[in-house]
Parts: sequence; C-alpha cells; structure tokens
Amino acid sequence: MSHEILMLLRFGAIAGVFFVLFKFGPKTGAQGRVAKVIMAIAAVAAIACVPSLASTSAGALPLGTVVLCSVYALFALGLNIVVGFAGLLDLGYVAFFLFGAYTAAFLMSDFGYQVSARQGSSKHQFSFDIHFFTAALDTIKGVHISFWLVIIAAALVAAFAGLLIGAPTLRLKSDYLALVTLGFGEILPEVFRNSDNVYGFNLTNGTKGIGPVDQISMGYLHNLPKLPIVGKIPQTITSADNHTKFYVIVAICAVFVYASLKLRDGRLGRAWMAIREDELAASLMGVPLMRTKLWSYAVGAVAGGVGGAFYATIVGTVNVDSFTFAFSIIVLCAVILGGMGNVWGAIAGGVVITWFDYTGLTFLGGKVNQGLGTHINLKDYEFGLFGLVLVVMMLFRPQGLIPATRSKQVKRADMKTANDGDEDLIGFGSDPRVVEEDRLGYGMEVGVDHE
Amino acid sequence: MSDLLLDARKVRVEFGGLVAVNDVDFQIPRGSIVALIGPNGAGKTTFFNVLTGLYSPTRGGVMFDDKNVVGVAPHKIAASGLARTFQNIRLFGAMTAAENVMVAMHPHLKSGVASTIFRTPKQRHEERDARSVAKELLEFVGIGGTDEEFAKNLPYGDQRRLEVARALALRPKLLLLDEPTAGMNPQESATFTSFVHKVRDERGVTVLLIEHDMKVVMGVSERITVLEYGSKIAEGTPQEIRTDQRVIEAYLGKTGTEAAGG
Repeated sequence: MSHEILMLLRFGAIAGVFFVLFKFGPKTGAQGRVAKVIMAIAAVAAIACVPSLASTSAGALPLGTVVLCSVYALFALGLNIVVGFAGLLDLGYVAFFLFGAYTAAFLMSDFGYQVSARQGSSKHQFSFDIHFFTAALDTIKGVHISFWLVIIAAALVAAFAGLLIGAPTLRLKSDYLALVTLGFGEILPEVFRNSDNVYGFNLTNGTKGIGPVDQISMGYLHNLPKLPIVGKIPQTITSADNHTKFYVIVAICAVFVYASLKLRDGRLGRAWMAIREDELAASLMGVPLMRTKLWSYAVGAVAGGVGGAFYATIVGTVNVDSFTFAFSIIVLCAVILGGMGNVWGAIAGGVVITWFDYTGLTFLGGKVNQGLGTHINLKDYEFGLFGLVLVVMMLFRPQGLIPATRSKQVKRADMKTANDGDEDLIGFGSDPRVVEEDRLGYGMEVGVDHE
Repeated sequence: MSDLLLDARKVRVEFGGLVAVNDVDFQIPRGSIVALIGPNGAGKTTFFNVLTGLYSPTRGGVMFDDKNVVGVAPHKIAASGLARTFQNIRLFGAMTAAENVMVAMHPHLKSGVASTIFRTPKQRHEERDARSVAKELLEFVGIGGTDEEFAKNLPYGDQRRLEVARALALRPKLLLLDEPTAGMNPQESATFTSFVHKVRDERGVTVLLIEHDMKVVMGVSERITVLEYGSKIAEGTPQEIRTDQRVIEAYLGKTGTEAAGG
C-alpha cells in the first residue's frame, strides 16, 4: 500500500510541475524555452509513471486497459485529421485498422509458410521463410520481420489504401461520403473473411484468423542501462509485459501528435481547415480539393495502420471478427467527445471511451450493483450509453471536452455579434439575390469535384 | 500576348429550360476596370461562375490570359491568376485573417507533408515569407494589425476587405469583385471606389466588378456591360450607359407612353 502511495505522490509531484509551468510559467524568450524543456521532461516522466500507478490486472485501471486506451488514442488522432481537420465524415475508419493488422499478420507470423503447407497441390507451392531482426526463433518458419519495419510497412499500406478508397469517394459531399466510407468499412472485412480460398490460395485464413503474431523485439534499446522510473528495457515484449507495450504505444502516439501539430500549422493544415470551413471558397482560392482531401485520408490512415499493426502484436492474433462497424463508430465518438480538430481532445476522447468500453462500465456497474443490490450488466447497455453521451454532448457541449482553441474563440464571437445586433448584416445570405448562389451550392452538393 | 486578358465568346448557360446566360460576348482589356451590371437575376453571378470554372457553359468559349478555361478545374483557374470575392462573404470563419490570406497562397507555396513534419529550413523560410506577405496584404487593404483576429470576429466592412486581401494573395491578373459594396454605407462605398483604383494601379490587377450601386459603378469603371435576362443589352463607357434607353428601361421599366405605344 505504502508503495502505491509513494508512486502516486511521485506522479502528482511531476504532473504538478508540468501544470504550474503550463499555467503560470514564462511563455516567451529564453526563459520560455527553458520552461518548455522542463515541461517536456516532466511530461515524459509523468507518462513513464503511469504503468506503476495502474494495477496489473483488476481494479479500476488495469494496465492492459491503459495500453488499449493508448492504442485508441492513436486511432482517434488519425481520424481527427480526417474528421477534425479536414471536416470529412469517415464512417469506415476500420478499413485502415484492418490493413494495419493484416500487414502485421502477414509479415510477423508463420502464415507465409502455412500458405504452401496447406495447399497440398504441388502446382501452387509458395512458401516464405524470411527472418529479419525479429524476436521469432529461427525454427519457426514463415515471414518474420522486425516490428519497427512492419509499422512502416503498415503505415504505407494503410496510406495507400486511404488513397484507393479516397480516390472514388472523396468527390462526394459529406453525407454521401459518410455512406460510401461506411460501405467500404463493411465490405473489406467480408473480403478478408472470404479470402481463404481464392482460386485455391488461402490468402487470409478466413474466419480462423492469423496467429500467433510475433512479439515486439526491442533490439538495441535492450542494451541501454537501467533507466529511471522505466527500468531496464527487455529484449522482447512478452504478452504479459504491459509496461513496455505502454511505452511503445505512447512513443508512437507522441510521434503522431508531433506530426499532427506540425501539419495543422503548415500549408496543408490550412488547406484542410479551409475545406472544412468552406469547400467552394477553398477551391476558388487555388486549393486542389481532391488532392488535399486525399492527403488527409492518407495521413489519417497511417495512424490507423500503425495502430492496427501494434494491436495485432499485443493481442497476438488477427481475427477478422475484430473489424466491425462498431470500431469506426467508437473512434468517431472519441474524436467528437474529445473535441473535433483538437489533438489533445482526440487523445482524451480515445482514452475515456476506451476505458469505459473495456473496464469502466463493468467496474462502475459492479459498484452500482453492490450499492443498490441490483443485477444490471451495464456493459450490455454500452452502445445505448455511448449514443446517449453523444446526444448530450451535441446538445450541451458540441465543441467537445477539450475544444480546439479556435472554436472556443469563435464561439465567443458568435455571442458578441448577436449582442451587438449586427447579425443582419452578416446574415446577408437571406437576401433574395442569393438564390442564384444557392443553386450553385446545390449543384456542388451531388456534383463532382473538378479534378 | 493579346490585349485582351479575358475573352468570352457566345457564352451560354442553361439550367434545364432556363437560359441564365444567353450567348454573351464579353471582353476585358488588360489593365482596365470594367463592370457588369443588370437587374437581379440577370445572370451576372452565373457568368462569374463560368469564368471561375464552377459552371461549364452549355456553349461558348472563355479564354483567360490566352488560355482556354472551359472545363478547367476551379483551383487551376484560380492558380493561373483569376481571383474572386463573393457576393455573400465566404471567408474561412474559424481561421485568422492571416491564415485566410495564406490559404490563397496555396498554389504558390511548395512545402509538402514531409517537409512540414520535419520542418526543413526551406519550409520554415517559406512559412515566414508567407506570413509577412499576408501581413503586407492586410495592411494594403487597410486592416493591418488584424492578423490574429478570427475572420468571423471582424466587423462587416473589414470582412469585405479581408476577402479582397485573400483574393490578392493568389497574385491574380484578374480580380472579380461580386457586389463588393453590398451592405456598405455611402461613405464606405466612396472610399471603396478609390481603393479599386489603388488595386489596379499599384498591383497591376485588372478588375471586373458586379455592382448595384450606380454611384460606385459610374465612378470606378472604364467600361460597363449590362445584362438583362441573361442577354447583353448594352456595352460602353459610363457616359453611354447612363443615357442608353434599353438600360434605363431595364432598371426603371418602360414609361407609360412607350408601354402603351409598344
């Protein structure tokens, strides 16, 4: 017990340093830079403390759930680029998760060897036996590539899939786009489910799934001396080692947060936002709609692919049943709940929703039943509750838990304009002359982008 | 290089049975300021939309800067130097004034995904330059210092100016202004007239405007084209247009005697 309290105190102290500097610390000049460095160190240290706070198995915060929360935070970060930055409603994000997971399955298991072994026919003899910086033993046949290369491959595959799915669909406007992406999200798992016999070839192992997927090899990081808080880094991440899994996924998230922020503030981010604000005006200001939207799809897909590959290694098998429409919806909920367009909001949304999904509902339900003597399985009402939360959010806090800075400020301005009473001037759109312009809007609605 | 920056021949736009633009010939000499006027629903904005590539004409051709633009994507036409503002302001509300302007620099900037993520020196340099150009443009249109203001938060008149700044960021050869003084008071409209001259003279931009305020039209334009029911009914200097019988009829209706006689 005293050990846990000590851990909590340590975490509290580090987090305290971060928040005091964040709130009151110097922002500019040399002092500001020093403060930034200290904040960065504090943030890293605080995150490093998390596994020691979480309990290993049961309780309100099992470490396994913390790892999953981080994976979903990565998914939410990716979808945030599509939905939050570019304003494109994507209901088929599961497609990228699927591509990432299967990339890992193909490149990190004995499946490549199974293909031939199960064929029987001498005509179709394909067997791969490749080992490359992997944790897998030489005696296990098949394709075994280092996880760190596999996530790059998964990123590329997912980005390419994003382009393929995006090219025909992104010409459509919001509602139509949502429907078509939903369709893709439904079709792809079916394709993988039924690809266990493509002209005699077993490509995906169908409903039996692919596994076991190799463990993550930490490679040279193992040679580092014992680190403070983190401890010694193991050579490979065993299935029970949630500590190291957590550090790996957080590192991946950090890379993606950095990339998201940089892209948001650059040329492409501005173009995304312009499309979100007013697609037509953006195209007339020289922004190529298709290309810009495709980039958002591709970059968003990268997070889905990398997350999928990581998910495959921590779960150990890739089963087609994991790729459901519900996944797309949960990630979308995370983005909306957290605050569309805000990187930190997406993380918060992903963490909160996943916690409720994997632990929170069961845990809280147990507490409720204990207190009231009832026998309600809260988990059964999961999607009803998520739906309720979404409706309540839309009614009372549509900008999300952590809204983007800009939506906060513009929101305030809305109220100001209303008070000033010059709303009519801005609402010039009610002028009858605008009919001509409206017809134009309609033309673009069903119509096709000009590229 | 021909003397005409824009040369539209027999442009016709039909929406089902409705002829919105009826075989209109329209030329803009380089470096001039011309106006397109006409009663409501005369097809002026539709014509603008043909020029900017939003509509493909049913028939006819449009040459801009000696290149055909019919069937060319709007963003490509924009990048080739045709910028516009909108009748009902269409700024990117949740973006700052500077960002609004920088969006329109998109075709002129080079940095891609990788260079943005890794923040290469070239990319940082480009961003810095873009920001200073944006600042300069905001000052040029008279709303300097509003860089960090969100477009939606700006007063109405400043929003109109911001639209012009944004259009200028495309480095246009031709600037289309769609009812730029709508909602302005007479004082502001008068200032606007001299502003249009400033844009043309200092930036070398040819200007075409749709306008309802006759004072502005007569004060600013060198040539005026009048549309009614999609057809061109008159063309000439402000002086000629002012006295043109058909234009007066289009705006004021036929006089009693003529109506009885005709």
